[in-house]
Amino acid sequence: MFTLTINGEKVTVPEGTSIMNAAKQLRIDIPHLCYLEGLEPEYHCRICGVEIEGEPRLAPSCVRAVSEGMKVHTNTARVRRARKMIVELLLVNHSADCPTCERNQTCELLKLAFELGVKKVRFEGEKPSYELDETSPAIIRDPNKCILCGRCVRVCHDVQTVSVIGFINRGLDIKVSTFMEKGLGNVECTNCGQCIQVCPVGAIKEKSAVDEVWAALANPKKHVVVQEAPAIRAALGEELGLPPGTLVAGKMHTALRRLGFDAVFDTNFSADLTIMEEANELVKRITEGSVLPQITSCCPGWIKFMEHFYPDLIPNVSTCKSPQQMFGSLAKTYYAQKAGIYPAKIVSVSVMPCTAKKFEAQRPEMTDSGFRDVDYVLTTRELARMIKEAGIDFAGLPDESASQLMGLYSGAGTIFGATGGVMEAALRTAYKLVTGKELERIDIEPVRGLDGIKTATVNVDSLEVKVAVAHGLGNARKILDEVRAGKSPYHFIEIMACPGGCVGGGGQPISFDLALRGIRGQVLYNEDRVLPYRRSHDNPSIKKVYQDYLKEPLGEKSHHLLHTKYTNRGRV
Amino acid sequence: MSTALWKTKVDEVTKQRGKARETLLPCLEAIQEVSGYIPQEAVSYLRENLDVPSVDIYGVITFYGMLTTKEQGKYVIRLCNSLPCYLNNSENMLEVIERELGIKAGETSPDKNFTLEVVPCLGLCDKAPAMMINDKIYENLTEESAKKIIAELKG
Repeated sequence: MFTLTINGEKVTVPEGTSIMNAAKQLRIDIPHLCYLEGLEPEYHCRICGVEIEGEPRLAPSCVRAVSEGMKVHTNTARVRRARKMIVELLLVNHSADCPTCERNQTCELLKLAFELGVKKVRFEGEKPSYELDETSPAIIRDPNKCILCGRCVRVCHDVQTVSVIGFINRGLDIKVSTFMEKGLGNVECTNCGQCIQVCPVGAIKEKSAVDEVWAALANPKKHVVVQEAPAIRAALGEELGLPPGTLVAGKMHTALRRLGFDAVFDTNFSADLTIMEEANELVKRITEGSVLPQITSCCPGWIKFMEHFYPDLIPNVSTCKSPQQMFGSLAKTYYAQKAGIYPAKIVSVSVMPCTAKKFEAQRPEMTDSGFRDVDYVLTTRELARMIKEAGIDFAGLPDESASQLMGLYSGAGTIFGATGGVMEAALRTAYKLVTGKELERIDIEPVRGLDGIKTATVNVDSLEVKVAVAHGLGNARKILDEVRAGKSPYHFIEIMACPGGCVGGGGQPISFDLALRGIRGQVLYNEDRVLPYRRSHDNPSIKKVYQDYLKEPLGEKSHHLLHTKYTNRGRV
Repeated sequence: MSTALWKTKVDEVTKQRGKARETLLPCLEAIQEVSGYIPQEAVSYLRENLDVPSVDIYGVITFYGMLTTKEQGKYVIRLCNSLPCYLNNSENMLEVIERELGIKAGETSPDKNFTLEVVPCLGLCDKAPAMMINDKIYENLTEESAKKIIAELKG
C-alpha cells in the first residue's frame, strides 16, 4: 500500500493504482477522453495530465502509478490551462456540427469543453474532409469527427479480438481506418458496434433506417408490423428520461402503437420459438450422437465472426435462425395468412439492441417467406429518437401488451437479452423434452452474471449435460479454441458477441459500463420471475403456431422457414 | 516468380528472428526490397505467420516512407521536402521533375519506369536540396542538374 497526497488530502491505495483511480477515492474526477474503464489506458489525449511536486512535466494520471509520498495536484492553474488548450486544439480540427450530430446529448468532447469552461477556440486550422466509410450495412464511420483517442481500436483489438480497425498513416494524416482503407463492409468486421459504445464523439454510428420507417408508416398501402428484442425493454427508458433498471415493456408497446405501427408484436415470442427449435436440435444431436458441442446461433455478430475466423466450426453451430429472422419469415407467411393480408403489402420492422442485426436482415438467404423477411432494423437509440420526434411523453404512457398471435411471451424468451439467458431458456425446455418432467429449479444461477465465461453441469435424468456461456468475442475465442482442438467437454455453448449479452449491444443507449449492463440484465430476470409462463413450451401462442401452421419442431415447414445455413467468408 | 522470392525472404527472416510481432518490420523491408512494394498476398502471409492483424501491418506500411503497397517503377525517385531542403527550393525541384516525367508526386509513369515520391528527411541536410533514386544519392540539386539526371535515366 502506498500513501500519497492529492490536492493536500492523504489517500492510501494498493501499489500499481493509477493516480486517476486514487483520486476517485477522494471523489476527485480527473477529466479524460481516451481513458475508459474496461479498456487498457494508453494516454493519447493528454487531458488527464496532473502536476506532481518535483517533476517538471505534467504526468498522465490514467497510466501513471502512484508512489509513496507522492504529492499530486489536479486543479492548479497550469493543469487547467493545459486541459483547456488540449480541448481547444481538438476542436480546431473537429468537424463540430453539434446541432445535427447523433451524439449531441452524449458527446464527451462537448461535455468537457463546457465543463472546463472553454469559451473560445483561439486557433484556426483546417477542418478535415475525409470521405465517410459507408461500406457497411450496419455502421458508418465519420473520420472528420474522430479525435484519434483510439478507444474503438482498443475495443476492437483487445475486447473483441476482431482487429479490423487501426491507426494508419503518420503525422497530420493519421486516421483510424481499415486494411487498405477497404471500409468496414469489406473486412472481417462483425458489426457488433462496441466501437460505437466506446466512441466519445460522433465518429461512429449506426446506419439509420428511421427515414425509411417513417415513410412506410405514412404509406396507407403498407401494413407495418413491428417486433422488439428482449433487451429493448431493459434500456429504452434510459434514453427517454427513466432511470436505468426500469422495465418498459408496456410503455414500449403503447409507444409503438402511437407511432402508427399496424401490428405490434414482440421478438420475445420468436425467442420462445427459437428455443423450441434449438432445444429439439440439441436433444437430437445428443441422442443421435452427431456433432457436439452445439453452439447457439441467435447472435449475428458472433455468426459473422465465426464465418471469418472459425468456419471449420460451422457444423457445430445450431441451424436455427435468430429470433429476429424467425419472426420475419413468419410475419410474411403465418401472420399474413391469419390476417388475410397479401405479404407484399407487409413491411416488417424490428427494433434491436444491435447493429449486427442490420447486417443479418439483409443477408441474401433471409428471404424464406418469398419476400425480404425483415425490411428495416432500428436500434434502441433510433426508436427513442422516433418517440422523441413524435412528441410522445414516454414516461407518462400507460402499459399495453403486444398482440397475442406473435406477441405473447414467456420468461424464457425475455431472458434472451442477458448473457446466459438463451442457455437457461433452452435447458428449461430441453429438460422437459428428455425427461417428460418439468425442471424444478427453474432459475439456473451458474449461467447468470457477468463473468466472461460461465460453465455449469445440469443433470437431465442420468445424463450430465455440460454447458458453457461466453460473452464478448475475446472470451468466445477461448471456448472456441478448445472446440477446435477437440478438447471441449461441453454439450452446449452459448455465445454472445457483446459483453453483457444483448443488453450491452451496439444499438443500445451509449455506455461501455459493464455494471450498467448487469442492471439491464437484472430487469429481464425480474420480468421472467413475474410472468405467467416461464418456459417456452408453455407459451400458448407457441403451441398455437405449431398446431395451426408449423406442425412440429424441426418439421418440414420449420426447416424451410426457421433454419438457415452459414458461409465460409474467409479472411481479408 | 517474384512472389516466391518474397516468400523465401520472409521465411529466411522469420527463421533467423522468430515468428513474432517484432519481426514485422524486417519482413516488410525484405519484401519491399525484393518486390519493390508490399503485395496484398504478402500481408496475408505475414498476418498468418506473425499473428499480427492486417490493419496493423497496413498501419506500419503507411507509417514508413520507404514502404508502399503500390507497385513501383524501375526508378523510384524520393525527393526530400523537410525543412532544409524546402528552404533550398525543393518545391521548385518537384515542379521540374514532375514536368520532366509528366507525373505528379505519388504517381508511377505509365511505362512503369519512374515513381516519384516526396519523402521526409533523408539526412542530407548539409547538401540540400537532395533526392534519392533507388539507392543512389543526388545532392545540391539545381534545375539543370535535375533535368540532366532525369534525361540520363530516360536514356
